Amino acid sequence: MVITTLAFYLFALTAVASAILVIVSRNPVHSVLWLILTFFMSAGLFVLMGAEFLAMLLMIVYVGAVAVLFLFVVMMLDVDFATLRGGIAQYLPLGLLIGLILIMELGLVFGHWIFSENAPDLRAAVTPIPEEVENTAALGQLIYTDYIYLFQAAGLILFVAMIGAIVLTMRHRPNVKRQNILDQIYRDPGEAVEMKDVKPGQGI
Amino acid sequence: MLSNDISVILPELLLAVFAMASLMIGVWSKKQEAVSNLILWATAIIFVVFGAWIGLSPEGTSTAFNGAFVNDGFARFSKVVMLWGGASMMVLSRDYLLKNDLLKYEYPALITLAMVGMMMMVSAGDLMALYMGLELQSLSLYVIAAFRRDSLRSTEAGLKYFVLGALSSGLLLYGASLVYGYTGTTSFTAISSVVTLEGVSLGLLFGLVFLATGMAFKVSAAPFHMWTPDVYEGSPTPVTGFFATAPKVAAAAMFARVLFDAFGEAVSDWQQILVFLSIASMFLGSIAAIGQKNIKRLMAYSSIAHMGFALMGLAAGTEEGAQSLLIYLAIYVTMNVGVFAFILNMERDGRPILSIDSLGMYSRVAPGRALALAILMFSLAGIPPLVGFFGKFYVLSAAVDAGLIWLAVAGVIASVIGAYYYLRIIFLMYFGEQTEGLNGTMPAAHWVFLGGAAAAMVLGVYNLFGVESIAGIAAATLIH
Repeated sequence: MVITTLAFYLFALTAVASAILVIVSRNPVHSVLWLILTFFMSAGLFVLMGAEFLAMLLMIVYVGAVAVLFLFVVMMLDVDFATLRGGIAQYLPLGLLIGLILIMELGLVFGHWIFSENAPDLRAAVTPIPEEVENTAALGQLIYTDYIYLFQAAGLILFVAMIGAIVLTMRHRPNVKRQNILDQIYRDPGEAVEMKDVKPGQGI
Repeated sequence: MLSNDISVILPELLLAVFAMASLMIGVWSKKQEAVSNLILWATAIIFVVFGAWIGLSPEGTSTAFNGAFVNDGFARFSKVVMLWGGASMMVLSRDYLLKNDLLKYEYPALITLAMVGMMMMVSAGDLMALYMGLELQSLSLYVIAAFRRDSLRSTEAGLKYFVLGALSSGLLLYGASLVYGYTGTTSFTAISSVVTLEGVSLGLLFGLVFLATGMAFKVSAAPFHMWTPDVYEGSPTPVTGFFATAPKVAAAAMFARVLFDAFGEAVSDWQQILVFLSIASMFLGSIAAIGQKNIKRLMAYSSIAHMGFALMGLAAGTEEGAQSLLIYLAIYVTMNVGVFAFILNMERDGRPILSIDSLGMYSRVAPGRALALAILMFSLAGIPPLVGFFGKFYVLSAAVDAGLIWLAVAGVIASVIGAYYYLRIIFLMYFGEQTEGLNGTMPAAHWVFLGGAAAAMVLGVYNLFGVESIAGIAAATLIH
């Protein structure tokens, strides 16, 4: 139990600290690296909560794809982050004020809202009992059976995204030389090479 | 169990398979243009056949995938209107695409996939299924809005549509998550039972408002209409025509499905939202259209105003209201098919002209076309005895019967204001100034649609081709 608590504080404090470092560090590449650390720590928190599938997703999607994409953008594009950050002192009070208002509103609202009485039961009705299976297995059991329709629809959406990318960006350039390995293999040395008999002291 | 589910979603499944197959054929064939042409025609024919198949399939409600997909009379009616409207726009688009070197096999394939998404939307019995269908439709539509990628306007339209569409999807999703959080379920029937038992709590009401906002974006109801004129103007004309037909029906039907299926027991909670959307759209569409010079922008504002009328039927919150919504949508699609058949052929010396002033004394250039357009414009304005009047009549009487008399009065006022710009087009064509006008010819296929739509507006006066009773049966399946 103590170890869990310790792990929680380790993950939580590191997450908060590295999140602050994301905004304050001067070098944008460092910012992205701190962001990756934040993701790792959040994944640790998810594991502590028993949501290991979300932790995996965070690793694969956010660290593996999104953060790497950020890194590429930061490195490829010459964005001057120093000027972007220039107005921080100017906008900080306003930002804090808006944050304060939002927190107050949330607090007011949270005390007043009523959840449906049988909402927990309805929520639990569609899933396997959480004590019996871990949530990756539970998701696997559901997504290809009960939710196959939605799963396939998601597949179709990705398919449309792929067609869209091709339709909107692919151009056929007529004068590009491409390597055709089959052509290279079938090339006949008899036709490709021409023997010349060059006499000494003369050019071709 | 699965085979039973599959038999329920068979039309959608086959359409999706057809889209993939047509892409494969397109990719592997050597003669791109001929194959694209073939696929375009095949898609149109398949839409018509599927429409007939769905329309003639037996009555009754069947569900699949634990209620995520509902096939009832309401869904079938919407699907038939969407498929036939889509097929008409597909046939009409061919000449434009050919002329502008846009005839690619991806165009019919993307429209087919959008159609699958729309059919999923109107058949959704679950918030997740609804969102999946909506995204499938929207994503396909973003791409075809930017289909003319060499044109700055078209890319701008695609980008604008994408950004605002993503925003509205976000709002809708946020609403859906609130609804799920407070009721504990995403299924419409279960939400409905929670609402029946405990009423609409504050959190659920917030969810409902966000859901309604997201869907108002999709039907382009004011004040969430901002994207419509720019997207309509920038997209290639046949794409604009398509936007004005099937996706409108799908979005409005989806709106009705969520409100009646999930929140049918809480009409008083959402009625005021719908009343506001309806009034704002009718007036904004009618007043903002007056200053427009571009006919595509004009049709965009016209569509906003018409959606206001359609939502009036929804605002009534009764079975009669749902029926009037369906009738209105069917009539609206027919009129738009005719008008866009005309707009697609507005050209001078082979170049498209979209300015309204170019219609000056058009009745001398092409009396037949001018007459057909005049009938359609009278009908869009809702002038009796044309069919467009009956569409408005049904929604107004539904609103009056539901006790929303002042909403009906506002609708009549807006319709009088809106009549101005429809009548101005007729005035220009018959009494306007002679300008260096249009001189394009019209392919026979386009004539069939323009003339057919105009004739339907006149002949439909007799009994609306039976749409009234069919829509009545369809609406009855939506109300529990």
